[in-house]
Order: sequence, then C-alpha cells, then structure tokens
Amino acid sequence: MAKARADIKPSSPNTAQVVLGLLGFRHAGTVNWTDNLFFALSRLFALAVIAMTILLVVELLQGAEEAIRKFGLGFLVGTVWDPVTEEFSTLPTVIGTLVISFVALLMAIPVSLGTAVFIALYAPAWLRSPLSYLVEMLAAIPSVIYGLWGLFVLVPVIRMSQMWLKSHFGWFFLFSGPANYGTGVLAAGVMLAIMITPIITAISRDVIRAVPRSQVEAMYALGATKWEAVWNVVLPYARGGIIGAAILGLGRAIGETMAVTMVGGNAFRFVTSLFDPVHSMASQIASEFSEATYSLYVSSLVYVGLVLFVITIVVNLLGQLLIWRVSKGRTTVLE
Amino acid sequence: MSSRTSGESLVTTPRHFQTRKLVNRVATVCLMACAAVCVVVLVLILGYVVYRGAGYINWQFLTALPKPVGEAGGGVANAIVGSIIVVGVAALMAVPIGIGAAIFLNEFPSGFLGRAVRFLADILTGVPSIVVGLFAYSMVVAPMKHFSGVSGAVAYAFIMIPIVLITAQEALRLVPNTLREAALALGVPRWRTILQVVIPVSSRALLTGMVLAVARALGETAPMLFTAFGNPYWNFDLTKPMATLPLVIYRYATGPYDEWHAQAWAASFVLVVVVLFASILTRSVLRSKFDA
Amino acid sequence: MIDMRSKPQPRGSGVTPSGTATPEGSFPAAGQAEAPLRDLSLTIRDVTAYYGKFRAIKSISLDVEERKVTALIGPSGCGKSTLLRCMNRMHEETPGGRMTGHVSLHGEDIHAAGVDPVVVRRRIGMVFQKPNPFPTMSVLDNVAAGIRLNRFWVSSAEVKDRVEKALGQAALWDEVKDKLNQPGTALSGGQQQRLCIARALAVEPEVILMDEPCSALDPIATLKIEDLMRELTNNYTIVIVTHNMQQAARVSDKTAFLMMDEDRAGFLVEYGETKQLFTNPKEKRTEDYITGRFG
Repeated sequence: MAKARADIKPSSPNTAQVVLGLLGFRHAGTVNWTDNLFFALSRLFALAVIAMTILLVVELLQGAEEAIRKFGLGFLVGTVWDPVTEEFSTLPTVIGTLVISFVALLMAIPVSLGTAVFIALYAPAWLRSPLSYLVEMLAAIPSVIYGLWGLFVLVPVIRMSQMWLKSHFGWFFLFSGPANYGTGVLAAGVMLAIMITPIITAISRDVIRAVPRSQVEAMYALGATKWEAVWNVVLPYARGGIIGAAILGLGRAIGETMAVTMVGGNAFRFVTSLFDPVHSMASQIASEFSEATYSLYVSSLVYVGLVLFVITIVVNLLGQLLIWRVSKGRTTVLE
Repeated sequence: MSSRTSGESLVTTPRHFQTRKLVNRVATVCLMACAAVCVVVLVLILGYVVYRGAGYINWQFLTALPKPVGEAGGGVANAIVGSIIVVGVAALMAVPIGIGAAIFLNEFPSGFLGRAVRFLADILTGVPSIVVGLFAYSMVVAPMKHFSGVSGAVAYAFIMIPIVLITAQEALRLVPNTLREAALALGVPRWRTILQVVIPVSSRALLTGMVLAVARALGETAPMLFTAFGNPYWNFDLTKPMATLPLVIYRYATGPYDEWHAQAWAASFVLVVVVLFASILTRSVLRSKFDA
Repeated sequence: MIDMRSKPQPRGSGVTPSGTATPEGSFPAAGQAEAPLRDLSLTIRDVTAYYGKFRAIKSISLDVEERKVTALIGPSGCGKSTLLRCMNRMHEETPGGRMTGHVSLHGEDIHAAGVDPVVVRRRIGMVFQKPNPFPTMSVLDNVAAGIRLNRFWVSSAEVKDRVEKALGQAALWDEVKDKLNQPGTALSGGQQQRLCIARALAVEPEVILMDEPCSALDPIATLKIEDLMRELTNNYTIVIVTHNMQQAARVSDKTAFLMMDEDRAGFLVEYGETKQLFTNPKEKRTEDYITGRFG
C-alpha cells in the first residue's frame, strides 16, 4: 500500500488560508492556499483590464471637463474653432472625419470584396495562403510610414489628377476646391482606403468561405455560371458578415491619425469638395495639441478626443455585433 | 426559352447564354484585378520605402545623434534606443497583465467577469491610438507637468494589453484539456499545472502574441506626440522626454529640409524591416497553429 | 448532332441491357437488339471517376430510359452519388474531381468540346439530399432563381407563370400560394424539398437527378415525394440514388445495383427492370444485398 501523498491530502487550514478564505477567495476543487493566491492574482489582472477601461473614460472626462462645462453639447454642433477668442466646437471635424471615411469605404469596399471573393472562391489552393498573407501585410505597416509614402508619392499623383479633373470637370461641385495642393479629402480618402482594405478583406474572406457548399451547388445545378452563383447566392448569404466587416473598416478609418494628418491638409472647415483640405478629429488633436497653450484649449482638444472615442466605440460595437451574429463569436478582430 | 421544346443541341448556344458567359469572364477578370491591385499597392509602398530608405542606411545613421537643424548628417540612434526602452517598459507592464488576465479567463471558471473582460479587450483594440495618447497625457504627463518616457510606456501598454490578452487566451485555449486533467489527476495543484504544464506547451503561441503586440506598439506614433514627445539627445531617464523612431519619422517627414526627408525614409526602412519581420514571424507560427 | 454510331452501341431488347458479372461492366454481345436512341435520355459508357488519385467508381455503363424512374442502389460509399454527379457534370466542381468515359444526353456527348457545363446543368437538373433553399430569397424567388438567370430575356409575367407551373408540378402550389413572399426556409422540411424540386423544374430540364431526396425527411413527406416522382415521369426522366431498397422497389422502373470492390471503387453489378431485379435477380451478389445478407 503506497504511502498517502502529503500534498493531495487536504491539510488543516493555516493562517494564510483562513485569511484568504475570509477575503472570499475560495477556489472550487482544492483547499490549497497557493492555488487560491494564484487565482486571486490572475483575477486581479483581469480586473486590471476593467480598471484601465474605466480609467480611460474617467481621464477623458476629467480632461474634457473644463470644455464640457463651458460649451456643453453645443460643442457638437458649433462651427467655430478659434483659439484666439477661446471659442471651440467640433461639427466640421466630425463631418470631415465622416466624409473621408466614407470616401475611403467607397473605394475600399469593391476592391476588398473583390479580393475576398477571389481568394475564397477563385484562387487556386496554392495561391490562397500567400495572397492572404500579402493583403494582411498591408495592415502591419505602421501608419506613419503610410503617411510618409502618401506625402511623397501619393500626393503628387493626386495633385496631377486633381488638376486634370478640375480643368475638365471643374463645374462639378466635388471638383471645385483648390486642386493644386494634392493634400485634401481625396488624398486622405485614398490613403485610408488602402489602410482599411486588409481588415475588410480578411473578415469578408472568412465569411464567404463559411457559405455552405450546398448552396453554391444548388445554384450550379440550375445551370448558373460561377459569377451568377456568387452574385445571387454567396454574396447575399454572406451579406451580414460583409456589412460587419465594412463597419469595422469604417471604425478603423475614423480613428486613423497619422496618415490623415500628413496628407489631409489640416484645415478646420466644412468640406464641400474632394479637393478641400480637411481635419479629422484625430488629425486636429495630433496637429494642435502641442500648440495648446492654455487649459481650455487643451480641454477642448480632449473633448474632441472624447467625441472621437464615443463614435469609434459605437461603430466598432455595431460591427462586432454583426460579425458575432454571423459567425457565433469565433472571429477575433486583431490586426 | 425552354430547350425541351426546341430540342436544341448542347453546343449551339443562344444569344442570351453568350452574354452570360461574357459576364462571367469579365467578372473573373475584375476579381483578379482587385487582388492584383492589393498586391501592387503593397509592392509600391514597400518598394518605395526600400528604394528611398535603404541607400541612406549606414553605420553613422544607426549610431549617431541627430545633427542640429539644417546640418547634414546625423542619425537616429537615440530614437532607436528610445523606442526599444519605451516599448520594453510597456511590455513589462502589458505582458503580465495580458497573460495573467488570459489565464484567469481560460484556466479558471471565470463566468460573467471573464466574458466581460474578453468583450472589453475586443473593444479596446478599436480605441484610436490618439485617444490612448490623450489618456496617458491626462494620467501621467499632466500630474508630472512634463513629457516623459514613462507616459509613452503607459500609452503603449494600453495598446498592447488587449493584443496580448486576446492572443494569449487563444493560445491557452488550444492546449488540450487532457493535459490539464492528467496533471490534476496526478495531484499537481492548479497553479503548478498552469505554470509548468499549460504555459510551456503554449509558449510558442504566447511568445508570438507578445511579439505581435510589440511590433504594433513600435509603429504607433500618435500617442507619442504628447507623451514621450521626442528628444534630440541621448536620454535613458524615463521621467524625461524620450526620442522614438516613429516620432522622428513624422517630424522629419513633415519638416522642410530634404536632408530630413531622406532620414525619414531611412528611419522608415529600419522600422518597416523590424515590424514586418516580426509580423511575418508571428503570422507563420500563429497560422500553423490555428489553421485547420 | 454528334454521331453515336462510332461508339459502343447499347445492346438489349429495348428493355434492358444488363451488366455482367465482371467488374468491368461490359455489355453482353449477341442476341439482343438495340434500344431505339430516342427512348434513351442518358447513355453512360465506361465512366470512371476520381477524387484526386482515389478512384471512386470504375467503368460503369448503363442507359437511362426516357420518362422512367431509374434507381441507383447499393451499400454506403459504393459511388452512387458520385455516379449521379457525373451525369450532370457536377463531379468536376468538387475539388479534385475528374472523370473519364462518356455521358451522352440524347446522343450528345456532354463533355464534347464546345459544350459548356452550364448548359448541361440546365438540361439535367439536380435535387440534393438535404433541402437547400436559398435563405435570403422568398419562396417565389427561390423557384424563380434559375429562370431569372436569363432575366433580361424573360418577362416578369412569364416568370410568375413558370413559377406557378413549377410549384404545381411539385404538388406544392396549394400549400404555398399564400406564402410566396415568405423566406424559403420558413417551410417545413418536406415542403422545402418540394420547393427545391420546384426550383429544379422551373428551368424545364429534361432529366432530374435526385440524390437521396428523402433521407432527411419524415415518412409522410417521403411518401408525398415518392408520389410526386411517379407523376413527374409523365414529363421528365428521373434518376434517383437511394439507400432505401423498399423505396427503390416502390418508385423506380429500372434499378441499378452498385457495389464496392477491394479498392473501394464502385462498379455496376446488375441493372434491370425493378420488378425483375427484386424478385429474380440475375446476380448472386444482388440477391444477397436485397435479402439483407450483407450491409
């Protein structure tokens, strides 16, 4: 008969265990006090995650407090941003953010969806992995490098295109701004489109791959071409996930700072054409923060940050919800 | 339109079918073009960084301090070291919290708290980095009344924690339960099971998660604008402003001197090499573990 | 039309060419007159199908007669579904799927150069084991899905007419005529399968292939579909794969019995009139199977 092992025999409680027990740390399955300690420690770390989220909101609210007190909700619909007269508001930057993001979505969705369909349904098996890799590499490039490339490579090209468009179609309101800078809504839109393509492609690709084969075969059995099967059955079936992917891409575009700061033109104004220079909320904070010399100025910028935060969270929540509904929570959004 | 009544051959194809065939071919070409556009853009960007940046790299660039404004030459050594320090300190904060929380989520019955934490982590990955910078400013810079490396580290940690947590949780999830049960059945206490069985088995995936988070943080500029702020000299003191590589790229790129622009490209080259290398490494490991 | 005379002609007394005992499935030689070509919907000659390197069926030949129900029976895994999918070029859509041999529809080789599989599948439709209506489409849109592929050449009035006709032929019209705008998945399992049959009928094929159409359904729904099959033979040729021998006996005019050999490749053991095959089979292996002496 083997000797009973000391470490699996429930020991009589020692002081440490009593204390931990009193504190409510009772881990089911063992009376081992080191287990309880470990459990408590890891739970602490988990709580730290909650704490940092709360801290984030608190600090933002605190930082913006002065501006919130002074301007209230009118901040969101006002149109003046004047550090000299100490008048601040954010409607033009909110609109600017949304405009460039939608321009980006308009360009990114067709290309991303096309790429996703190609990878999921058309590409030969050996090409799928490398191609997905390459598209995801686009996501790994730091945004400041996108900005640098945008500034020196994209902007000159856009400037030429803008000048061509203006000379031929300048009567159209979208082409009516100053064409000779190159920076502006169009440049920022193109830049953002490139940056959000990987996320839309990756998620769409997974959603499309999840469409059951029997659906596609049913369409083939009716005498459909491959494209007809994709257009009439696969894409509608994957519709929810694709929209979720686009919304997550939108969330990413809204929060992007460096690329927009470097190619967006940095002007606080209501944008009316593709050639106008523009500020997004993020680019405004980035460019003006170091120049904010008094507390209301700083507080107003933090207020802008708070608005940006809320908008981003809402958009991302929406996107996540759609994706979760479609794929039952198995997709993680991690780029 | 019924072919039954017309008894037509399989080979003769009516006009409408020709059109549908054409549409199908055009669609295939368009889809290929979309994928090609993505690859071409990637090549254009990376290629240009290499083209403009690689030539400028030399030993002096990597080891010297920046020269005063307007003077030629100089390097980004302090920025490279500064980045490493700031990200390193951030990792020291982020890794324990991220992995610790992942252990709580996966190794213990965590219930509602566990789901809430994971949900929050997913949300936090979407917070714009400039907002994180504002948070770090408010929490660290404002009370200290000056910019510092540690505030930058706090900002980076905030960005890294969700990434570490999510990848760690996925890594732990992949460890088969039979391993845990075998250890527990032998009488090994839970904490030992985790530390000496589960973690070693998942160590590769855990490590790659960390590398992913570090690579992401290395490239983040926005938070640094008003936390670490940058520094033209050597500085190893975390309580003072520190130079970081992405910040240097931004300042040089938007500055007026050609010399600065050239250095921005070179610094980008360094950053791209590091970040891409890390990403490729992690993705190849992660993919082989997660792909069916 | 492609001349069939150069290919091995089907022999038989206009009733049945039967498979021989040899795994190669060649046809008996003398003594049997040719079946008139117009009575044959599909002629299948020496069809061998592969999934990558794995040979799933080898050298199967049989004739499917016009406006009859032909059943394919046999133990699990013997390649019945694979053979069925070869008949409308669906097999090549499976990754790694390829086949050799000839399949002809009314004398025309469906693999000839210049023949697009899309056209073949319009003329040879398919119903699958698990009902698969399109969930994002209404009942009407489901049935119209195939018709609308030619939407620029078909008026919407004609679409509605053809949908109604197809639903009528599938014995579903009365049950869904008030539910045409509900999603296709809102119907019961048996109704969904009849919806899929209506969808296949709407494009007016000549042959309908059914891959175990009732195996996912309850007995009452199964009976309804079996009745439907008999009715459909007034206008269509039907080939059905079933693992249910009683169903084959009830429903089909001719039955083909397939088996697996040691390489797990399927081959044709016997093919004949259903009544004769079930009461007086020519092959001992057939007899063993239908009397349940093996799986």
